[in-house]
Amino acid sequence: MTASPRRLAVLSMTGRLRRGQRPSLDDAQVREGLELMLLSRLFDARATTLQRLGRWGVHSPVEGQEAAVVGACLAVDPGRDWLVPQYREFPAYIHHGMPLAGIAAFFTGHPAQGRIPDGVRMLPIQVAIAAQLPHAAGLAWGLRRQGGGAVVLAYCGDGATSEGDFHEACNLAGRMQAPVVFLVQNNGWAISTPRSLQSATPSLALRALGYGFPGVRVDGNDLLAVHQATATAVARARAGEGPTLIEADTYRYSFHNTTDNPAAYADPVELAAARRQDPIERVRRYLTQRGAWDPAREAAVRERLTATLDAAVNAAARLPPPGPDECFDDIYARPPARLLRQRAGHGAPSEA
Amino acid sequence: MPQMTLVEAVRDALRLELRRDPRVMLLGLDIGRLGGVFRATDGLQAEFGAERVVDMPLAEAAIVGASIGLAVAGFVPVAEIQFLGFTHQAFHQIGPQVGRWRQRSRGRFSAPLVIRAPFGGGIRSPEFHSDAIEAQFVQTPGIKVVMPASPYDAKGLLLEAIRDPDPVLFCEPDRLYRLHRQEVPAGEYTIPFGQARTVREGDDVTLVAWSAAVELCERAAAQLDGEGIAATVLDLRTLVPLDVEGLVRAATRTGRVVVVHEAPLSAGFGAEVAATIQEEAFFALDGPVRRVAAWDAPYPSAALEASYLPTVARVVAAARAAVRS
Repeated sequence: MTASPRRLAVLSMTGRLRRGQRPSLDDAQVREGLELMLLSRLFDARATTLQRLGRWGVHSPVEGQEAAVVGACLAVDPGRDWLVPQYREFPAYIHHGMPLAGIAAFFTGHPAQGRIPDGVRMLPIQVAIAAQLPHAAGLAWGLRRQGGGAVVLAYCGDGATSEGDFHEACNLAGRMQAPVVFLVQNNGWAISTPRSLQSATPSLALRALGYGFPGVRVDGNDLLAVHQATATAVARARAGEGPTLIEADTYRYSFHNTTDNPAAYADPVELAAARRQDPIERVRRYLTQRGAWDPAREAAVRERLTATLDAAVNAAARLPPPGPDECFDDIYARPPARLLRQRAGHGAPSEA
Repeated sequence: MPQMTLVEAVRDALRLELRRDPRVMLLGLDIGRLGGVFRATDGLQAEFGAERVVDMPLAEAAIVGASIGLAVAGFVPVAEIQFLGFTHQAFHQIGPQVGRWRQRSRGRFSAPLVIRAPFGGGIRSPEFHSDAIEAQFVQTPGIKVVMPASPYDAKGLLLEAIRDPDPVLFCEPDRLYRLHRQEVPAGEYTIPFGQARTVREGDDVTLVAWSAAVELCERAAAQLDGEGIAATVLDLRTLVPLDVEGLVRAATRTGRVVVVHEAPLSAGFGAEVAATIQEEAFFALDGPVRRVAAWDAPYPSAALEASYLPTVARVVAAARAAVRS
């Protein structure tokens, strides 16, 4: 059996650079990353509370995986590159230009208000596991044909790698030398199914071998490691060298989503061990040691982020309820007459 | 005016669109070097290159899924799925993904793509090749379902499909690919969706069909003619959008309707046709809308397909019964 690839790690848990490692981000960029991670954790707490209150819909928290999401998205250029989400990558959407107000509106049941604004190079979140990956491969292939050097960053989870769409997308991307980075957040779980029951492969990164492109494994709780690996993959893609698969090993602290009950299956010892590898604390220590972060600064950042979040949540709460005919919007550019009749309030002629 | 078979008309439409619009590209299995298993794309890779007429890896979901991504990148993909029965392995990318692409993005993105798929029985092909599963796609809003039955219609409807801003499933009746030649204009023309075609007119009974079943109904109508029963044959051409007015007009004209399809009976699109007619024109009917369809059985081996598919005899019998009622 092929050995599992060496796992790239840059930061130790004490926030020190590992031997021979250099940061691929300057301190200001790492601070930007830390702020996104902090916002993400604040958002998770808020969204969970609002779901419990019945005000927001189901939420899938990022908690514990912030470095895997943010380290990757910092390596692409929102002004040029495309983001293809699954659904557990909230801070990446913000970084790529998605307004917080739109996300909040989406969670209150206003999908139209959650429209991705023109110019934001991001596909809609994808609830069907791995279904976004063939889209990402096709998009990247198309961007290659257009020229211009744009790259696609596509996220999925460890469970997604068992799907046929994952295989078909990776195979196509390799065949087309498509400029795409497949970022697998291996958070240990697909709802209640542990990674060990997902596949016999010792590393999901090994799958890349079969598609003819590199697969790399990183400490997914290490912002700088995820960034470095993704930046390398993005540079390859831009240079016309094709796709890369990145397995970011991380851990889901919380539930799959707000309907889930991990107490029924998760191991508290394993969770406690994962929490000792916290991705935010690691970056906080790193920046603090470099004199680029301190408690006062964090307090000010948290206050600002909380105010931003409050404003988005409150604005979403003030939206008038969607009209009953909104479900007819945007199905077709040229809707069938029958659909227009239904929109006008008429079901089947026999109904009334 | 040139004479073309249905498959030549398809090829002609594809060639014209590849010439007209640089965003158009074809992708599918064996469509380039071979020109497609039915030769629908014969010569197109030689003319337009391997970047625009693309031999894809053998993966139906990726062919469809990649088409969505290519559309986002600004292309107009025309995907070929080798047989409609192979869309089983792409269904999750067609119904829930292609169909909802515009609405999920609230109009930010569209999927102006075409999925071409030969289908239908009567050519003694192996399992899955003959499946008539068009009704499955009528239950996935957001997709238009187009079912040409003649060379002229195949070209005009395919040109319309490629230019339509919505995703179109374009089902080609492989049994008719080379059955007849017909005069087809050499240049561009489009046939609007949602306009049924009156194939022949008669006052006694209306036969409603689409795709290869239209040809069956024409033969049945000729036989009925010999018995003194004058049949209208209505070709729906598109299931989505459905030409409700044209259907009601044709039903009202005779008061007697037989709907014919190659798909299994239960929940076939014939049920929708029958329901629509009884809702819209109940008092114009002289009797129940009759259905002649394939059995509710998996498509059988070649040796059994003649007894599985609807036949002229069954259509004629149903029409006679309708006229007697």
